[in-house]
Amino acid sequence: MVVANRAARAIAGIDADTLRAMYRHMLRSRMLDERIWLLNRQGLVRFWVSGMGQEAIQVALGMHVRPGHDWVAPYYRDLALTLVLGMTPRDQLLAAMAKADDPNTGGRQMPAHFGCRRLNIITTGSVVATQFIHAAGIALASKIRGEDAVTVVTTGEGATSEGDFHEALNFAATHSLAVVFVVEDNGLAISVPTSKQMPTPNVSDRATGYGIPGVVVDGTDPVASYLVCGEAVARARAGKGPTLIDAKVPRLTSHSSDDDQRRYRTAEALETDRTHDCLGRFAARLGEQGMLSARDEEAMRAKLLAEMDVATAQAEAASDPDPESVLLHVLGDA
Amino acid sequence: MAVKTYLEAIREGMRDEMRRDDRVMIFGEDVGFKGGVFGVTEGLQREFGEWRVMDSPLAESCIVGVCIGAAFNGMRPIAEIQFQDFILPGVDQIVSEAAKIRYRSNDDWNMPLVIRAPFGGGVHGALYHSQSIEAMFCGVPGLRVVVPSNPYDAKGMLVAAIRDPDPVLYFEHKKAYRSIRGEVPDHEYTVPLDRVRVVREGRDIVIFTYGLMVDTAVQAAERLAPDGFSVSVVDLRSLRPLDRQGIVESARRCGKVLIAQEANLAVSVSSEVSAIVAEECFEYLDAPVMRIGGPEVPAMPFAKPLEDAYLVDVDKLESKLRRLAEY
Ligand SMILES: Cc1ncc(C[n+]2csc(CCOP(=O)(O)OP(=O)(O)O)c2C)c(N)n1
Ligand SMILES: [Mg+2]
Repeated sequence: MVVANRAARAIAGIDADTLRAMYRHMLRSRMLDERIWLLNRQGLVRFWVSGMGQEAIQVALGMHVRPGHDWVAPYYRDLALTLVLGMTPRDQLLAAMAKADDPNTGGRQMPAHFGCRRLNIITTGSVVATQFIHAAGIALASKIRGEDAVTVVTTGEGATSEGDFHEALNFAATHSLAVVFVVEDNGLAISVPTSKQMPTPNVSDRATGYGIPGVVVDGTDPVASYLVCGEAVARARAGKGPTLIDAKVPRLTSHSSDDDQRRYRTAEALETDRTHDCLGRFAARLGEQGMLSARDEEAMRAKLLAEMDVATAQAEAASDPDPESVLLHVLGDA
Repeated sequence: MAVKTYLEAIREGMRDEMRRDDRVMIFGEDVGFKGGVFGVTEGLQREFGEWRVMDSPLAESCIVGVCIGAAFNGMRPIAEIQFQDFILPGVDQIVSEAAKIRYRSNDDWNMPLVIRAPFGGGVHGALYHSQSIEAMFCGVPGLRVVVPSNPYDAKGMLVAAIRDPDPVLYFEHKKAYRSIRGEVPDHEYTVPLDRVRVVREGRDIVIFTYGLMVDTAVQAAERLAPDGFSVSVVDLRSLRPLDRQGIVESARRCGKVLIAQEANLAVSVSSEVSAIVAEECFEYLDAPVMRIGGPEVPAMPFAKPLEDAYLVDVDKLESKLRRLAEY
């Protein structure tokens, strides 16, 4: 790591504190993700679907969201996004272990089915693409009431082939709703590559058809992602309508803990993905700018590791859902 | 009390609730300036503006999904699906999303949403403007499915549906819109969403039915009266959940049960009512449960003789009733 003589104060107008905070969010998510994989291998977590490799765009997006004021319709890889918004490793470990106090679903859904009313993170199910239209509807309600809340919705690129994606963009664009559509484009839908998913390489090409801006961004670059997301959120907040962001990211793990990507991907492809890992590159960049020394980084890691250990112990000790509760919450007051 | 049509009662229910609660909005195809293809929302956009009575794009998943989103964000949306036949592109949003939102979030979220749609035939609507596909939703926990049969219930049940904290599918028989009239109070009232209504008291046979068929059943019941058969007619009103207790009470009292519906019989509302009667009324029955409904063909054809052949009318219901009476 090259260390500059004098610390730079900003990169592209983003101050050092913000950049360090972003790095910390990314690292925290990565360490939590790694912990959950470990627990999966130990048999304590029955299923996991990881966000590793996609942290930079998620953190960049989350930095522009006002939690509890703005709205978020996430998808299953958005672990880092939920942490930026205010959920905790303990929350997500409770979910991973399907404990009663899991604030996302109370252990009812698979892990990574995020939701938290307090933070305006809507509940999400497993059917991909349904959340796009919810985002448009949320933004419609904000518009009807004359509020400046922005709704952000995320997805993989594969899910953009679903009809709901079109229906949502069509509606949000028609009425200039304050929605930011973010595609975390890892080039794969389980095993199916983009070339078999869509006729052009960029989902954002479709923005033209809706008369809205479409932007491709390197989703592993937190700086570029921060700028692009900031512009889209500001545009939405100003009442100028939606933006479609196509953030290119690698998928550093198999699709899920039940999948083995070595069966359908070449060793070279896996290696290329590893070289596109956002985390190490961002640490190096902050180091070069004198914003984060190796020692700072180690200290950060040590603190986060302690946080993960405490959260893991708490989640492990937490109660399972009561079997009788299977009948609860079908309808209200019933 | 003023006499109004079924359609006017539905409109009045929405209008009154929109005046009382500015979270209530209507979203659907042609509901705005035109006031809907049947005129149910006529005049409402003029009163409440373009955002609260809003023309949607021609996309049913969008209609339901946008209403779900708006409900997440504090609104009380009423989605109008132009014909029940065209609800299918929106079913994923209804069954995978709306129905499961409370359960899957462990009660963190709920989904106060009404989806209105006209169903039923006898209006030369052919295969795709005549269907009665409500049973598709009756097996889905997390949904309420209701069908009013008269103007009083239409208004009271709609107001109750709008205030209900969970998704309610509110199906309107399109032939009833202008043909069924009745007294409707001007004042505010609700009708419970999960109670049967005994429309006609009788001792010998009970007909369980819903929608426009309630009217048909009352006419058929009256035809048997001169012959000394006393027939009860019970309007189910709620198809999910079914009012188990209300069904059991009438079935036990009468001992003979006929279930009538416009939809085909396989895996239908009539199947579920029969199962309840079989489970809970065995010792009280004087005859096997009988059912009458549409034939097992994909949907109602257009030509008049074919449409007539499909539909259960008073004559067909009467002859079925006589078979049961004579059993
Ligand atoms: C409607 C629907 N069809 C299929 C699936 C099964 N499935 C889950 S994730 C997935 C691939 C999604 O790919 P993409 O949208 O690119 O997201 P990624 O997992 O790559 O982040 C599939 C096919 C599903 N969950 N929902
Ligand atoms: Mg993908």
